[in-house]
Amino acid sequence: MWSILHKLASPPHFYGLSAKMIPWLYAAGLVGVAYGTVAGLFYAPADEEMNDGFRIIYVHVPAAFISMSAYMVMAVGAGIGLIWRMKLAHAVAASAAPLGAWFTFLALITGSIWGRPMWGTWWEWGDPRLTSELLMLFLYFGYLALRAAIDDTAKADKASAVLALVGAVNIPIIHFSVEWWTSLHQGSTLLKSGGPGMHPDMLYPLLAMILGFVLLFAALLLARVRTEILSRERRTRWVRDLIMPAGEPA
Amino acid sequence: MPGLLEGFSAIVRRDLLLAWKRPGDVLNPLFFFAMVASLFPLAVGPSPEQLMLNGPGVVWVAALLATLLSLNSLFLSDFEDGSLDQIILSPQPLPLLGLGKAAAHWLLSGLPLVLVSPLIAITYRMPADIVGVMMLTLALGTVSLSLLGAIGAALTVGLNRGNALLSLLILPLAMPVLIFGARTVSLAAAGDPVAAGIYFLAAYCMFALTLAPFATAAALKISNE
Amino acid sequence: MTGLLSGSDLCLLRGDRCLFQQLEFALNCGELLFIEGVNGSGKTSLLRGIAGLLDFETGYITWDGQKILDAYQGFRSDLVWLSHQVGFKGDLTLLENLQFESALRSCSMEKTAAVIERLSLAPLTSLPFRYLSAGQQRRVALARMLLADARLWMMDEPFTYLDKAGQALVAELISEHLAGGGLCVAASHQAVVIDAPTRRVTLQ
Repeated sequence: MWSILHKLASPPHFYGLSAKMIPWLYAAGLVGVAYGTVAGLFYAPADEEMNDGFRIIYVHVPAAFISMSAYMVMAVGAGIGLIWRMKLAHAVAASAAPLGAWFTFLALITGSIWGRPMWGTWWEWGDPRLTSELLMLFLYFGYLALRAAIDDTAKADKASAVLALVGAVNIPIIHFSVEWWTSLHQGSTLLKSGGPGMHPDMLYPLLAMILGFVLLFAALLLARVRTEILSRERRTRWVRDLIMPAGEPA
Repeated sequence: MPGLLEGFSAIVRRDLLLAWKRPGDVLNPLFFFAMVASLFPLAVGPSPEQLMLNGPGVVWVAALLATLLSLNSLFLSDFEDGSLDQIILSPQPLPLLGLGKAAAHWLLSGLPLVLVSPLIAITYRMPADIVGVMMLTLALGTVSLSLLGAIGAALTVGLNRGNALLSLLILPLAMPVLIFGARTVSLAAAGDPVAAGIYFLAAYCMFALTLAPFATAAALKISNE
Repeated sequence: MTGLLSGSDLCLLRGDRCLFQQLEFALNCGELLFIEGVNGSGKTSLLRGIAGLLDFETGYITWDGQKILDAYQGFRSDLVWLSHQVGFKGDLTLLENLQFESALRSCSMEKTAAVIERLSLAPLTSLPFRYLSAGQQRRVALARMLLADARLWMMDEPFTYLDKAGQALVAELISEHLAGGGLCVAASHQAVVIDAPTRRVTLQ
């Protein structure tokens, strides 16, 4: 078991394996998203209160889910990289961050659009989900800014790893605080019709969308990690052999 | 094995002594606190109802910003004159010394803020019994901020544009402290029970006390490489 | 290679440059490890790596049979560090600085008067440290070495800013320390001969 993981942690092996996995992930992801989009847009019944406007949850909920999961991937990668000094883990953390930030941004935009008919405004501070997502985006910005400010890659890896772990520990606390804060002021929450109470025709497309987003995120993540690996290992022989086929001068 | 209390008090004493020789470092953030708190009435108008409503929030935001200002230079001079090497290589556990730096920072920044805050509160027409709650929340909150901020200061010491970066890193993490601190005071002003808020601030303080020094130590070693 | 202090298979990267690889050394009591090379060859980095301030790409350092990263606090208790920057606070006086140091190391201040006397620092004790000249500041750093009860001395460019008399003083102090069973690792671009068993590491 350890030998498999050890093999996976080696950049050349990971590079080769991920190349094979990515097309499958894209394919499966697109299937899930396609089903979710079609079923969600055309076949799911309209919500009583929000009519067709609610359909944006088919993008908003998956995006919000990924925004949280990406941070966890980042934090776990950072932790493994810091404790076990695995360079690949650092590469995964560095790759997950920009993706997570974009999904958070997407969640914010779709959340704002969704809430507009209900609130009459583009932004409602009283909504805990939206405010939490905004703070999440700031956490991502901080991570990316710290990375950018440090030139040496190894040092940037370690410093941002500490930040990612501190952030991960604080995220539940931040969410709880925002919940409490909005509960003081009768907040207008977005997802009223969520959870098991949801009509199956509404639920299944949503689950499909979430799964599809996860698979697409995995594909995008692997693609970014591959680029990171090439950049970080550019001095090694296996990368040189890859980039410059035999017969060319170094 | 060197005594732990000795090492902790050594670094606290040293930082207090350094601040004694350069009082400006302590006074400047305090003036900043007072000035920021004065900005709001100037900007939004002096109506008493608005002042009373916004008072807790303004005092808290001003305290947060003033703390960030003083956090910038927490490790800077040690980094620049080589003391950080000596601190990291001393026989004392680095998290303990990091805790000492945060403690000294609180004594020089958080504590003065707490003591000056009643003056600001008066200008915001805060009733006397609310001022007590405000000082308690500020005391607990600034301790957490010093601990949390030390991590940020350790991560950004020696970086070129470290100032803005420090704020960017710490502000999202400081949100729970700000939220509970300011809102608890507002609740007190409205006559609602404040126990929940105080307990949260105390719990967060304990949480930061136990974990932050380790993160600070890790960050210091990384930044000093 | 075995010794009280040893390093094996050490490799260090700085950015894209490989400063050195497969480097090894061993040092025992009474010996001096002299790291030499031109400016920029990685002497300071190697010294900092041995002290544990930065990570090597490969390899590890052992002290007393244990990897230093496994027993880092014990290692630090037995070493004292002199770097290019002296590491004292400019606003505090010499005495206040040394008081802080001795509190960190839990050693008493009794030896201090004798050490100050030996290093001719007596007239300077009440001045803010930043008023001292570079040479005087280096001598205060030497006071730190003498006051700390540490077997391993680590010194980065110990001879800079010192005149001939100062350099002779440093050489004398190192010899004494080694004769007393201590170890010393020194990095310098100046070739100075010290009367003690010396091992050399030369970096390109």
